[in-house]
Amino acid sequence: MSKLRVATTSLAGCFGCHMSFLDIDERLLDLLELVEFDRSPITDIKHCGPCDLGIIEGGVCNAENVHVLREFRKNCKILVAIGACAVNGGLPAQRNHLELHDILTAVYQTEGGLAHGVHIPNDPELPLPLNKVHPIHEVVKVDYFLPGCPPSGDAIWKFLTDLIAGRTPHLGHGLLHYD
Amino acid sequence: MRMSQCSMGSIMNVNEVITATLARHGNDGTRLMQILRETQEALGWLAPETLTAIAEGVGWPRAKVEGTAAFYSFFHLRPRGRYCVLWSDNITDRMLGNRELMQALCEKLWLEPGRLSEDGLVSVNTTSCTGMCDQGPAVLVNYRAITRMDMARVEQMAELIRSETPLDQWPAEWFKVEDNIRRKDALLDHGLVPGQALAAGMARGPQGLIDEIKASGLRGRGGAGFSTGMKWAFCREAKGEAHYVVCNADEGEPGTFKDRVLLTSYADLVFEGMTLAGYAIGAQKGLMYLRGEYRYMQDALESVLARRRSERLLGARILDKDFDFDIEIHFGAGAYVCGEESALIESLEGKPGRPRIRPPFPVTNGYLDQPTAVNNVETLAAACLVAHHGGAWYAQLGTEKSAGTKLLSVSGDVERPGIYEYPFGVTVQQVLDDAGARGCVQGVQISGPSGVTLSADELGRRICFEDIPTAGAFMVFDCTRDMFEVARNFAHFFAHESCGFCTPCRVGTQVVARLMDKLATNHGSPYDIDEMFKMHRLMQGASHCGLGNSACNPLFDTLNKFRPAYERRLKSLDYEPAFDLDAALSEARQMTGRDDAGAHLQNVE
Amino acid sequence: MSEQHTFQLDGEEIPFAAGQTIMQAAQAAGKYIPHLCWHPEFKPHGSCKLCTVKVNGRFGSSCTMEASAGQNVENRTPELDDKRRTLLQLLFVEGNHFCPSCEKSGNCLLQATAYELGMMTPHFDHFYPDRPVDASHPDVMLDFNRCILCSLCVQASELADKKFVFVMGGRGMRGRKIILNSESGRLADTDFSVEDRAASICPVGVILKKRVGFAVPYGERTYDQAPVSAVEVAK
Repeated sequence: MSKLRVATTSLAGCFGCHMSFLDIDERLLDLLELVEFDRSPITDIKHCGPCDLGIIEGGVCNAENVHVLREFRKNCKILVAIGACAVNGGLPAQRNHLELHDILTAVYQTEGGLAHGVHIPNDPELPLPLNKVHPIHEVVKVDYFLPGCPPSGDAIWKFLTDLIAGRTPHLGHGLLHYD
Repeated sequence: MRMSQCSMGSIMNVNEVITATLARHGNDGTRLMQILRETQEALGWLAPETLTAIAEGVGWPRAKVEGTAAFYSFFHLRPRGRYCVLWSDNITDRMLGNRELMQALCEKLWLEPGRLSEDGLVSVNTTSCTGMCDQGPAVLVNYRAITRMDMARVEQMAELIRSETPLDQWPAEWFKVEDNIRRKDALLDHGLVPGQALAAGMARGPQGLIDEIKASGLRGRGGAGFSTGMKWAFCREAKGEAHYVVCNADEGEPGTFKDRVLLTSYADLVFEGMTLAGYAIGAQKGLMYLRGEYRYMQDALESVLARRRSERLLGARILDKDFDFDIEIHFGAGAYVCGEESALIESLEGKPGRPRIRPPFPVTNGYLDQPTAVNNVETLAAACLVAHHGGAWYAQLGTEKSAGTKLLSVSGDVERPGIYEYPFGVTVQQVLDDAGARGCVQGVQISGPSGVTLSADELGRRICFEDIPTAGAFMVFDCTRDMFEVARNFAHFFAHESCGFCTPCRVGTQVVARLMDKLATNHGSPYDIDEMFKMHRLMQGASHCGLGNSACNPLFDTLNKFRPAYERRLKSLDYEPAFDLDAALSEARQMTGRDDAGAHLQNVE
Repeated sequence: MSEQHTFQLDGEEIPFAAGQTIMQAAQAAGKYIPHLCWHPEFKPHGSCKLCTVKVNGRFGSSCTMEASAGQNVENRTPELDDKRRTLLQLLFVEGNHFCPSCEKSGNCLLQATAYELGMMTPHFDHFYPDRPVDASHPDVMLDFNRCILCSLCVQASELADKKFVFVMGGRGMRGRKIILNSESGRLADTDFSVEDRAASICPVGVILKKRVGFAVPYGERTYDQAPVSAVEVAK
């Protein structure tokens, strides 16, 4: 059987889920027998091509997140949301109770300690933030969800080995966590 | 000097108002609904300190009083305008142009719907169907009903509000509510004089009367169709310190207005039916729960009650027999769910209208936990016919399992909207012909949003318990109407009226309304239609009461019978977000002043 | 009459005493029926609908439905667990349930029940409602973002504490909420005490005692050690 091609990325997340992914430790070698990586922090490939599996950490908080998420959805047969932020918005979504206008004003204009002449960044290179942060399933169709903040290495291992083997992933007691 | 109704409180002593209102109701917490309503009528709104004073007055925890006040749409816990204009927002009002009229009124008054004007003068908003579908668009101004709104009236109303003209000086014809009775049958042509049915019923003795009601085959006219004779028998047999008759006049099902007409022109018959019920079950007290939208009827109804007392048809020793019975009118305050009998009883006891866990049923544990017969207005009126003519006579009207006649409230695309009475078994087509259905009929909504949506190939079906049971609403939609918008209107109605007690209905009705809006704003995909079916399957089995169980009926029916009306709105066959991605960058664009390509998102890539 | 006082729960004979609900009988027999608003100390509320079962083919709330001889009760079937998962998802998107920062995490009945039913995602679009936090009381704080409207605090305050500190009021998803028994609406202005039964009844992270959060480390909390299906029937 040929290896599955896998892409991973982090949107509005902290890369904690990727760190937890590395916590599968020596099982990473077993995994590499089964998969090869496309776009991922592991390969430093900048855009993903056709893949079997796409794994997304983080929610959608700005325009760039939308572009990346769409690129993954377009190229990946199976799309997985990994971690609290991708699944329900997580920590970045805590700003949803505030108006973006108020947030930008507070951070760049009224907060104490700002250098003279600071303004809200308007460089076209920078992605604009969305009015609200969204879990990824509110923007594209997502096939599987692996919650946790982050999910443990064991949970990720179980989830991926199930998925790669063609089984619907099932996490029993102790592996399924939202925190 | 400002003398509009709502500002009276500012010149009267607030505490005196509260004390006097409490005294009128004997400081009885179970009368909280009436205390709150009367206090608000005097003071304009229910301020935090007002609720504290009322709680102390009735000896209830303050939070309980606030809990009730917060439940009902017509109670205001924040200052409301001296003029509070509420547009009835049933689909029939919309078809008559209420949205455009409301928008025009708002523009003339320089305000947004739902917002109180800065000077505290006026607020304009929508409310659930006010029961004037045959003479809409309708509004409530400070909870007084106004019918047949049009652009000329909107212009004049804006002037009257701006000049703070008291409601009493508004054109009297605005407040005129027509009966629009178009077809009479056994009930509306009853030919009885007050007391005649009562005398006949009492001559049969309580058990004899119940036997006649049983023999008549009379079934509840609220839609569920439980045998009235059985209900009275169970209630009579139930043990309790007192028995109660409750008349359910909370006619809240959008599109229904027959009880309004019965109470306007046949009040004697309804009260006499209540009295007969009291005699049959052994009650001394009857309570009529009238929806707050019909508050304007109070004086007329009270005078009928007073006359009946003077005629010894109510009060002590009725018709000189050993039977005491009297009737009291209670008003609701804008909560559809109170049409459910156990929620209605909760409301009568001064609580939020939350349907009870059943069993036990009201016939054994009803008002104040006592045996209670809750009957629909029309059922009680029909009971008079049985008492007078006997069960056998009544049973031969209608069909085998649906004895008698039914009042239909016909509205929508017909030449002659109004009240039509037919023996059970009449076909939908017959009603449409009689009412003058205009052009081609696309659909008919029977029994309101919780009922069934019929398509044009089902017009041969019959109104009866064997085929289509109904509480009376009959809304007609011609081929120019958008059946998706009909269902969307209903979805928002249920989301607004869900009591919030159980999870499936509380959150489910909101999810459904949001899905319908998603399709309406062209963000939908087939995925969303699957979601609607999923919500239907969940809510139909798992909800606590009929509201949640039937909330997806119009969705389910229209999805099956008018599917293209949904499908032509779909944006794509793939999953689509519910929101506009480019619009979601609007605040950031505004704050940064950017408008370059990177500052935009294509909604479909 | 020597009637058999048993009913069938997922094919097993469950004995019951007259007047017991299906939930009570199942609990006594060590059988778990998922629930959130039911608590053995208080009368059934019947609002969360997690305990929905099928009795002789019809849906009903097992916490309010009396057991009767010969009933055929379906409980942990794929159909019912699927409905329960959907109900949980509705609860998760209705409020703001952000487990990573919640000190109830690991001891939360909502979370543990969602684990039990394998809820991997809240599925629906979030409502992200604006709900208040009340930190006015010296010993207890209230974070209504996590309220699932189960009414257990209402019952505990009324029936156990005789106080009416909490009352359920308002209507619908946007209106229904816990109302505090003070004109200011602040907990500090009620007669609430950290000693009240109501202070320790909340199944989720709304009513939290101050200065004792995060005392038990990750891995050793109630539902880290055993799933809710085991913990609840041992109560």
